[in-house]
Amino acid sequence: MALFTRLLPSTVTEPLGAGEHDALHVAREIDRRAQRLFGRALAIREVDAGSCNGCEIEISGLTGPIYDMERFGMHFVASPRHADLLLVTGPVTRNMEVPLRKTYEATPDPKLVVAVGDCARTCGVFRGSYAVAGGVGDIVPVDVFVAGCPPEPTDILRGILAALDRRIPEVSR
Amino acid sequence: MTATAWLAAVQTLLAVGLAPGLAGVVRRLKARLQGRIGPPIGQPYRELRKLLQKEPLVAHHASWLFRATPFIVFATTVAVAALVPLLAVGLPIYAVGDLIVVVDLLLAGTFFLALAGLDPGSPFGGMGASREMTIAALAEPVIGVAIFALALTADSTNLGRIAARMLAHPATAVSPGHLLAFAALFIVTLAETGRLPVDNPSTHLELTMIHEAMLLEYSGRYLALLEWAADIKLFVFFALLANLFVPWGLAVTLTPLALAVALGALALKLGVLALALALLETRVAKLRLFRVPELLSVSFVLALLAVTASLLGR
Amino acid sequence: MPSALWLARAVMLAYAFGAVGALVSRGRAGRALGAAGALAGSLAVLCLGVLVLAGGTPLPLPALVFPISGVLLRVDSLSAVFLLIIGLVGSAAAVYGYGYSAPAPGHPVEPATGGGAGGPRPHPDPRAMGTLLNLLLATMTLQVLADNAFTFLFAWEAMSLATCLFVLTDAADPEAVRAARWYLGMSHAGFAALVGLLLLLSGGDLTIPFEVVRQATLTAGVRDAVFLLAVFAFGTKAGLVPLHVWLPMAHPVAPSQASALMSAVVLKMGIYGLLRIVVDLMHGGPAWWGGVLLGAGALSAVFGILYALLESDLKRLLAFSSIENIGIIWMAIGAGLIFLSYGLLLPASVAFAGALYHALNHAAFKGLLFMGAGAVQRSTGTRNMERLGGLIGTMPWTAGLFLIGAAAVAALPPLNGFASEWLIFQALLEGFRIPQPSTALLMPIAVGILALASGLTAACFVKAFGITFLAIPRSPAAERASEAPFSMRAGMALLAAACIALGLGPFVVVPRLSGALEAMGLTAPGPPSPPLVTRPLGIAGTTGQMSPVLLAAGLLGIVALVHIGLRLAGARAPVRRVDAWGCGRIRQTPRMQYTSAAFAEPLRRVFAELYRPTDDLTVHVHPASEYFVQSIEYHAAVSPWIDRLIYRPMLGLLTRIAGRVRAMQGGSLHLYLLYLCVALLVALLASRWLG
Repeated sequence: MALFTRLLPSTVTEPLGAGEHDALHVAREIDRRAQRLFGRALAIREVDAGSCNGCEIEISGLTGPIYDMERFGMHFVASPRHADLLLVTGPVTRNMEVPLRKTYEATPDPKLVVAVGDCARTCGVFRGSYAVAGGVGDIVPVDVFVAGCPPEPTDILRGILAALDRRIPEVSR
Repeated sequence: MTATAWLAAVQTLLAVGLAPGLAGVVRRLKARLQGRIGPPIGQPYRELRKLLQKEPLVAHHASWLFRATPFIVFATTVAVAALVPLLAVGLPIYAVGDLIVVVDLLLAGTFFLALAGLDPGSPFGGMGASREMTIAALAEPVIGVAIFALALTADSTNLGRIAARMLAHPATAVSPGHLLAFAALFIVTLAETGRLPVDNPSTHLELTMIHEAMLLEYSGRYLALLEWAADIKLFVFFALLANLFVPWGLAVTLTPLALAVALGALALKLGVLALALALLETRVAKLRLFRVPELLSVSFVLALLAVTASLLGR
Repeated sequence: MPSALWLARAVMLAYAFGAVGALVSRGRAGRALGAAGALAGSLAVLCLGVLVLAGGTPLPLPALVFPISGVLLRVDSLSAVFLLIIGLVGSAAAVYGYGYSAPAPGHPVEPATGGGAGGPRPHPDPRAMGTLLNLLLATMTLQVLADNAFTFLFAWEAMSLATCLFVLTDAADPEAVRAARWYLGMSHAGFAALVGLLLLLSGGDLTIPFEVVRQATLTAGVRDAVFLLAVFAFGTKAGLVPLHVWLPMAHPVAPSQASALMSAVVLKMGIYGLLRIVVDLMHGGPAWWGGVLLGAGALSAVFGILYALLESDLKRLLAFSSIENIGIIWMAIGAGLIFLSYGLLLPASVAFAGALYHALNHAAFKGLLFMGAGAVQRSTGTRNMERLGGLIGTMPWTAGLFLIGAAAVAALPPLNGFASEWLIFQALLEGFRIPQPSTALLMPIAVGILALASGLTAACFVKAFGITFLAIPRSPAAERASEAPFSMRAGMALLAAACIALGLGPFVVVPRLSGALEAMGLTAPGPPSPPLVTRPLGIAGTTGQMSPVLLAAGLLGIVALVHIGLRLAGARAPVRRVDAWGCGRIRQTPRMQYTSAAFAEPLRRVFAELYRPTDDLTVHVHPASEYFVQSIEYHAAVSPWIDRLIYRPMLGLLTRIAGRVRAMQGGSLHLYLLYLCVALLVALLASRWLG
């Protein structure tokens, strides 16, 4: 019975709204053509380049009912060949340096990269470790950094929307 | 062109055009059932349009077969869409191919897609090809026997004639043979279109993939054609289930009113099937790969019972 | 008609010329003479077949065509269909054989599977191949023209011997010797049954013409005995399960033009014999005859394709697939007999038309596939698919032609395999007209089995084409492959063109088969309509219609429209070549690809009860510590339970009996004199009492 009550238009999704503190750092001049192309349909490939999975837990919340990124036309894909945007987390460990680069090369143009978390930007708490090759920006060109350890799902969403230069909707239903 | 030829072309374009919308409806319904807002119904159209602009990447040693396969798969699927009665019953195009032709055209698409999975030499593609061909091979006897059950009551394998016969004799629609055949074909639909519980279309774990694994290497417009073909395949299977088993609404005469009614009836039937699919996919978990043959043998037994019931009831 | 006689004489002369020419000349001249003779003969056979099918009336041929007393020859429409098969595949094999019998450049033939002991062997003698090709074609032509039991038996035995010699072309190969031994044994067991049944049919006189036999009436017991002997005799020739054991041994080891002929034509001689004896001479029988054929055919169909799926040897895979297709033809004939016994003439004729059409189509695409496999073997030195791959780049023509063959055997529209399977499905779907429900229920089960076999064939040939030709070469031999010579490609192209033509033109072929059906006493399936290209193949009295030409045109049209549509939609981004996506792995090696055993593994698990596979896993650990693995050995085998359950006990019994009989040869002269006295006494007494 609980299944059928779901048919009634009641969803638990929260409206996005604008954020209080600014966790976004736009790193590069973002390709206008790409933004126009991905405005309404964006395929995201998530790459874990050695992260502690704290960011992954936040990212996985994005597909859940509360944050529901699909309402913005985004969805996760299984292969970088299908992807438009790479969502990279983690300080890039030595073992993940080449795979990350290969993932970037396996993604068709035009493409965007959003690096999530403090580790992705500055290697976070792992800075200087023997196992770390450098921040994500040292391996692949990054368009937007989302700071936080881990950043909230709303910040990650806003980071992606910023990469698309989309107006953050005030109320989304 | 004559009126019937125009109508056949319109039917085909309707299937091709509405198929992504049907996929969008299913996605939206699933999202709502999960308490989310979900993507807009027109989302698959946007995704296809975006994919057309992306560059296609092809592996170094992939052959011409890899690049030709999206066109072959799309062409066979559209040909099937042309042969399925969507709006009207008595069109001459149904003489070009009957139910057996439809089934084997779909098998042809699967054949080439499996080859394209093997072509880049990646283990995922090989795995997807192997599993897809296994399931296709095991679904074939179910389809064959179900065709027998349908052809039995209609004295024909011609799709238009099956639908027409059912319209003329409504009592056969609720005969046990038909209900069993519907159940068997519904399970086959899930297997052939790669939906839960046979295959999860949105999985990211390669080891759980069947259909998706063969698409992992595709990008750009090739991927767009293959995704569109998968949507059309779902549309076609639903249209067959709807119009062969519940044909009321199909236009027997080719008047504009009858066609409008047919369009509305089609939309209603597809909507019901989409809701059923969304409910099923939300409720049911994916079966382990080697439980799928058990599911298909259940559907085979159902089909065989359908034929026995129809034979004895003649 | 004088021209038919002239053609028949030309056939025999051409084959004789080719056989002698190949034997006496050396080198390229010998190969050319052999090929020319076979080609001329086959083309004449083809013309003869077309002539008789178009004309429709049977004609006796004077024995001057083949100068042995007691030989009676006649060509009627049923023979003509099989003459078409012989002529088509014979011509292609002749052209192909010219290139194949030349020594392969620098690639000595490897033993079949795995590493194999013994090293590479020299190329087989081309003279033998040319002579035997002509001989085999000549004996098969004689077979279908036979008009009395003597000619039938003579041609049968000659054909078996020619095939056996062909299998023995590479006599140094122990596999070939073993195959030849089994082939000879099974063949002669069938021959014994054949002699028995022909004696029963012709009442003791083997030289009376078949026309007399047609009119004779026999008791039901004799007819049943003849039928069962016929199933045995023609089953051994056609490869019916469980009489098929020689097929996967013999077909792979023969040179490829011979394999093509054996699979495509020699097996059809079994079908021809069955049709001739059971349908033509005996005019069918009770429903249980059809049931036996339907059941045996269904068993062969499923068994054949299940074993084909597990094969890594390309030619053995094709051999098992032949078993499957022959099973389908037997199923169609069985269904036809059932319909005939209930008096349902129209469905019966559809079933027999489907059987004949499938025989023709199978000849075309199986010949093509074997020739392709032969080209691959000649070019790479191996038939083991686990060591092939990537050949679509180095052998593009062979790959393309093999793909047409693979698509045809998988029954993909609009090729010929689909057209004949469609016809057989339509025939089986008529099964609901059978008045008795228990018999009628056989038909949907047969439909299910046919559909399963068809689906498994598609899976099998995705594996056969995909593992052999696609992806990356799995061994240095596959990397070094080069395209086959022009004559081999021409032979294959001929059969590929036939596959396409037969697939697009069922509306031409099926009405012509009606002549053959009338020769068997059945009504034609619908009046022969003028061959309008777009007319759908609708058979009067059956339930469906289809038009392969319109279908093919539609498919091509859609592809063209899609191309234009993509251009218009601005999808013009150029294709870029990159590494394959492998989850970020560093390098891609051939070992990362799917293997042929891996491809079939899900089906192996699903059908484990039928296969009863055995798995052997041995792990060798490092002597210093059991946590370090040095190597792992894995052997997977399918248990040969037909061999174990049927043949081994039977052979054991025969050996024991032979051992007992051997004791009679005591070696003592006195014992032999005693035997002579006893025999003389018995003969004198018998002549006294019986005379």
